[in-house]
Amino acid sequence: MKSLSAYAIFLLLFTAGAALADNADPPESVVTEAAEELHVLRAVDIEASDTPEDAGGSVSLTWGMETVGTLPDSLGIMRSDPSGGEELIATLPVNIVMYNDQSADNGTEYSYWIVSYLGGTVEACSDRAAAVSSAQWIYKGRIGMMIILFLMSAIIFYYIESGKKGKELYIREIAGLEAVDDAVGRATEMGKAVLYIPGIADMDDIQTIASIVILGRVARKTAEYGASLLVPTSRSVVMSVSQEVVKEGYIQAGRPDGFNKENIQYLTDDQFGYAAGVDGIMVREKPAAIFLLGTFYAESLILAETGRSVGAIQIAGTAMPSQIPFFVAACDYTLIGEELFAASAYLSREPKLLGSLKGQDAAKLFFIILIVVGVIAATVGDYWSPLKSVAEFLRKLVTVN
Amino acid sequence: MRLIIPLAITFTAGMIMILNFFVPHQPFRFLGENLQEWYLIVASGAIFLGAMNLMHVHFRKIKLKLKNWKYSPVTIIGFLVMLVLGLIYGVTEGRPFNYLFMNMVAPMGATMFSLLAFFVASAAFRAFRASNWRATLLLTSAFLVMLGQVPIGAMIWDKIPLIKVWLMSIPNTAGQRAVMIGAAMGVVSTSLRMIFGVERSWLGGTD
Repeated sequence: MKSLSAYAIFLLLFTAGAALADNADPPESVVTEAAEELHVLRAVDIEASDTPEDAGGSVSLTWGMETVGTLPDSLGIMRSDPSGGEELIATLPVNIVMYNDQSADNGTEYSYWIVSYLGGTVEACSDRAAAVSSAQWIYKGRIGMMIILFLMSAIIFYYIESGKKGKELYIREIAGLEAVDDAVGRATEMGKAVLYIPGIADMDDIQTIASIVILGRVARKTAEYGASLLVPTSRSVVMSVSQEVVKEGYIQAGRPDGFNKENIQYLTDDQFGYAAGVDGIMVREKPAAIFLLGTFYAESLILAETGRSVGAIQIAGTAMPSQIPFFVAACDYTLIGEELFAASAYLSREPKLLGSLKGQDAAKLFFIILIVVGVIAATVGDYWSPLKSVAEFLRKLVTVN
Repeated sequence: MRLIIPLAITFTAGMIMILNFFVPHQPFRFLGENLQEWYLIVASGAIFLGAMNLMHVHFRKIKLKLKNWKYSPVTIIGFLVMLVLGLIYGVTEGRPFNYLFMNMVAPMGATMFSLLAFFVASAAFRAFRASNWRATLLLTSAFLVMLGQVPIGAMIWDKIPLIKVWLMSIPNTAGQRAVMIGAAMGVVSTSLRMIFGVERSWLGGTD
């Protein structure tokens, strides 16, 4: 009985103790966690710096966000100038961690900080970071390219001057360009048209420009020979320019009456619509000579094979590496890459233009040597560190950022 | 003046674009960006020239009953129907313009594109004739690449897909890069000739 009473007293005391314990203050760790739940996250590690390699007027900001706490609704980018004026320059979602202030004045030091909004009020604020924006005069990552361009230009202009002075310049024979006269002559003899396709790119493409220059030469030849020249285009600007170039060609040849504006026509901007239109012209007109010079994509083989099927002599040229095999397979002559750009100079036989070709070849030789040196340096550099630094230097020189 | 003004414009515009590439400072960036915008505006305006040319050429063909004039009404009707429907109802999804584009223009484009498969076959048949040692080399490498692309290649010999990868990534890439480097030289040379007025044939003369 005694032991039963003792057990009852112990149970009573334990229950009372537990009840008292429930009313006591919570442990310190529990308090901290609760406070963190209430704390609104703020931006940390804010960094401000002048935006590199720009025209000035821009400061780049980066920051991180605290990870434990209540997520704010949005962030506000605050800026103050030396006079003390503060302004909100942007409101951003909370997942953004960078911003570019495009409204900074060059030479003025601005101080930036980020405020966290929750329910429309500012709940937290970051530290401050300051920066001064300035304009740069050169893209550092493009200095190597600039040196290369100067070198190339110097070589090309040297040979142009040599050409002007009457120095004999050897230019290797380009079969495709030698065949231009034959192609136009063939069309004349057969009483059929010459079809000139300047590609599907617009006038802002250098291949189209090169093609239009060749078109001028071909137009002069067709005018001299009395052949008909058809130029279907896929861009309105190319059509307008082609009309002028062909007209000038006919005037230069003393045959302005032979120029027919309707022969240079716009078909469509659509790639395969254009291919269908040109194929239709090929099948209906059965031209004796077809020139495919310029920028081509997937329509290259569709055009070249149709041209082949109508029995035309075909001279193609493009700098699109993926289309060259198609032209090689389907055309009689193909101008590969640089040959397209050389065509005008080659056809004109003007000494100064031939000089530029010679300069281009000399520059190419220089770069071939550079590439070979680079390959050797990169390969042997793994075993001999001085060559590794040579390889690194060359890599930096030719890398454009 | 007829020669000097275009040359001066070409030189100025060309130099601005070159400087814009190397110099981020104003006014080069501003001028460079503006010149590109001007080109877009000119090109957009020129669309009307193209449309007018298209109509002029085909109406003239019909009027003079030139060769194959019977195709011209199809072009004119197609152009006008799309133009009118686009202007009246808009070009968004569910509109007649969009319906015609998706159900006529797109399938016709796809049809033209699909012809490419047959043209590739006929061109490959001609190109892969083993007429000399270089053509034989081309034929062999093409055969290995094609074989490496399909499962039967690996079934014949498990190294064939590896040979295909090597052919595509080493000799093929080297060749393509050589073409690109050569073309880049040509681009620089052509640009310099045009900018500095060495090449003047596009002006209609060489003097």
